[in-house]
Amino acid sequence: MYAFHEGGGIPVVDPTSADGVFSLLWLVIALPLAGAAILLIGGKYTDKWGHLLATLLPIGSFAIAVAMIVALVGREEDDRQVAQHLYTWFEAGQLNVGMDLLYDPLSALFLLLITGVGSLIHVYSIGYMAHDPRRRRFFAYLNLFLAAMLMLVLSENYLGLFLGWEGVGLASYLLISFWQHKPSAAAAGKKAFVINRVGDMGLSLAIMLFFVTFGSTSFTVISEGAGELSEKTATILGLLLLLGACGKSAQFPLQAWLLDAMEGPTPVSALIHAATMVTAGVYLIVRSNFIFDLAPDAQTVVVVVAVISIFWGAWIGCAKDDIKKALAGSTMSQIGYMMLAAGLGVAGYAFAIFHLLTHGFFKANMFLGAGSVMHGMDDDVDMRHYGAVRRAMPVTFLTFAMGYLAIIGFPGFSGFWSKDKIIETALAENWVVGVFAIIGAGITGFYMTRLMLLTFFTEKRWDKGVHPHESPKVMTVPLIVLAALSVFGGVLIINDWIVTFLEPVTGVPAHEDPPLPAAAVSVLVVLVVAVGVAAAWFLVGRREVPREAPQDVSWVTKAGRNEVYGNEINDTLVVNPSKHLTTALLATDKYVVDGVLTGGPVAVGGFAGFARRIQNGYVRSYALSILAGALIVALALLAVNAA
Amino acid sequence: MNDVMPYIALSGILFSIGCVGVLIRRNAIVVFMCVELMLNASNLALVAFAKQHGNLDGQIAAFFVMVVAAAEVVVGLAIIMTIFRTRRSASVDDASLLKY
Repeated sequence: MYAFHEGGGIPVVDPTSADGVFSLLWLVIALPLAGAAILLIGGKYTDKWGHLLATLLPIGSFAIAVAMIVALVGREEDDRQVAQHLYTWFEAGQLNVGMDLLYDPLSALFLLLITGVGSLIHVYSIGYMAHDPRRRRFFAYLNLFLAAMLMLVLSENYLGLFLGWEGVGLASYLLISFWQHKPSAAAAGKKAFVINRVGDMGLSLAIMLFFVTFGSTSFTVISEGAGELSEKTATILGLLLLLGACGKSAQFPLQAWLLDAMEGPTPVSALIHAATMVTAGVYLIVRSNFIFDLAPDAQTVVVVVAVISIFWGAWIGCAKDDIKKALAGSTMSQIGYMMLAAGLGVAGYAFAIFHLLTHGFFKANMFLGAGSVMHGMDDDVDMRHYGAVRRAMPVTFLTFAMGYLAIIGFPGFSGFWSKDKIIETALAENWVVGVFAIIGAGITGFYMTRLMLLTFFTEKRWDKGVHPHESPKVMTVPLIVLAALSVFGGVLIINDWIVTFLEPVTGVPAHEDPPLPAAAVSVLVVLVVAVGVAAAWFLVGRREVPREAPQDVSWVTKAGRNEVYGNEINDTLVVNPSKHLTTALLATDKYVVDGVLTGGPVAVGGFAGFARRIQNGYVRSYALSILAGALIVALALLAVNAA
Repeated sequence: MNDVMPYIALSGILFSIGCVGVLIRRNAIVVFMCVELMLNASNLALVAFAKQHGNLDGQIAAFFVMVVAAAEVVVGLAIIMTIFRTRRSASVDDASLLKY
């Protein structure tokens, strides 16, 4: 394991009270929240201008975020943590949970990513959702998502984080199943929600354990007391937090929902299921560094999960013909890289966040580009029906190409720097993991080139009557901005700026000599990626692409098309046993419990059905009964008197 | 004691006739008359015992029974007549719809 720098240690969260521009911290969350409230409560009265308001508010949050990070950079390095106490959320006995916000370098970067990319995607959505009758509702949900996501990254305690965590889960559910008239979309929303519950259980158990161990969930209190934590408790906490992170970030074994989540509108896939929400798991692990640094075993599990996810996602990305699902597989794989870096400990945290930011740029860019292509192709998502789109949609093509070059790690582009750093760190930590990461980069080169070739190059395979056209400006301008960010996002690493910037949060790693010089690693990675790209060129670009997916393919391709049987594995291990259990419980209830409880009444009812025959309606038979009764009474009286 | 014995015996015979009549006859009018017979048998017994004890308690009770019998006749005959009008029958066995 990487050691801390001499004299340093696990950093302690020790914020100062918010003043100046930082006192606007609450407004960052409040603006989009107000937008969601106005649009949802205002109803159809806001139909005309609701989407404009919903776009302006995140831009306002972004402006505040920019002002705050400027002020933060202007401060001394050990004075870059600011807390704002809003009010006491609840108090019970020794339990005191405040609605506190924490603004430090980590949340500062997230704030910029969420509000910045979020604003761009809002602008894009104005064009993309222009003809949707439920546009206002869409924008309300997007604002709700932003508010929840900002709450997640700004909260100063785990409970507030959990509030945002569930809020983004809700927004994700609402937006995946936004086109609820499609049964597949409704089912996909439910699936995402249910699988996320499994992860949320891990996070909520971790929060309870924090309460029990520290009597608080505040980052300040926990990071101060973490030194006295036993390794066992730290490992349990780490694993529970990892479970939460796996659910939210679609990492193995809770990855199955992400592919179906692509049923949602494309801006949703870009914002929630590529750039921000799915990276919340990475945020959680980096934020909980004071726990993971004490639990090497938990870190090892994080790395294993990350490596599995890198290949699982890449495998799916290689085989899918649906452009959004191929990108979703890629997202899972890239988040695997971030998790890998986060699992490497103090040396990797900063690179996890760095890759998270650059991925946020280029993946949002490519998703929006895919949306633009779909827009031009009458909402067809099958890449086998694309081909040669570059001439019809030059702006989309060029911006998408920037994202493509960034994700495969073309030298100089943002993804090159961020992925390179992760691979370097992984190699220094454990060469096996490093080699896996390099192979993963090669596969990334393969599947992204395949996607690129199928969509923008090769010959036309369009459906009849489809006339691709460039999207309106309101959609292409965000693409251009994101493309620029994909290209130049690497500037954050100049002079190790982002590493130094994040040191107050992540700690200072000890300097170690890497086993290979950095330049050699870079060359090696670029060569492996080139092999992947070349393979895609020979396998896809040089051949005729059939319009229907061929069925006589190897098991590798079949497995990839079936999402590596993630759904089947879930069905076998969890869903079907649960169903059987439910059926058994239902039968027990119906036959055993109900049998006991209703047996008595049924017996009485049966006897009554027999006994009521006495009421035969013949007056004379009643008269006989009366006579018999009178005689019995008389005889009884005589008997009693005689005795 | 002995001088009331014949009255009591007569009362018992009348009551038994009434009782058997109610049980075996089907014609509602006859059944009705048998009921009257039973009531009057009890009246006879009451009056006889009143004579034996030398007070009026039994006689007053007999008056009450007569009042009840008169009221019963009014209601009962009306019912019988209505049933006869709708069903063209005065048999008590035919009027057996109110049952399980």
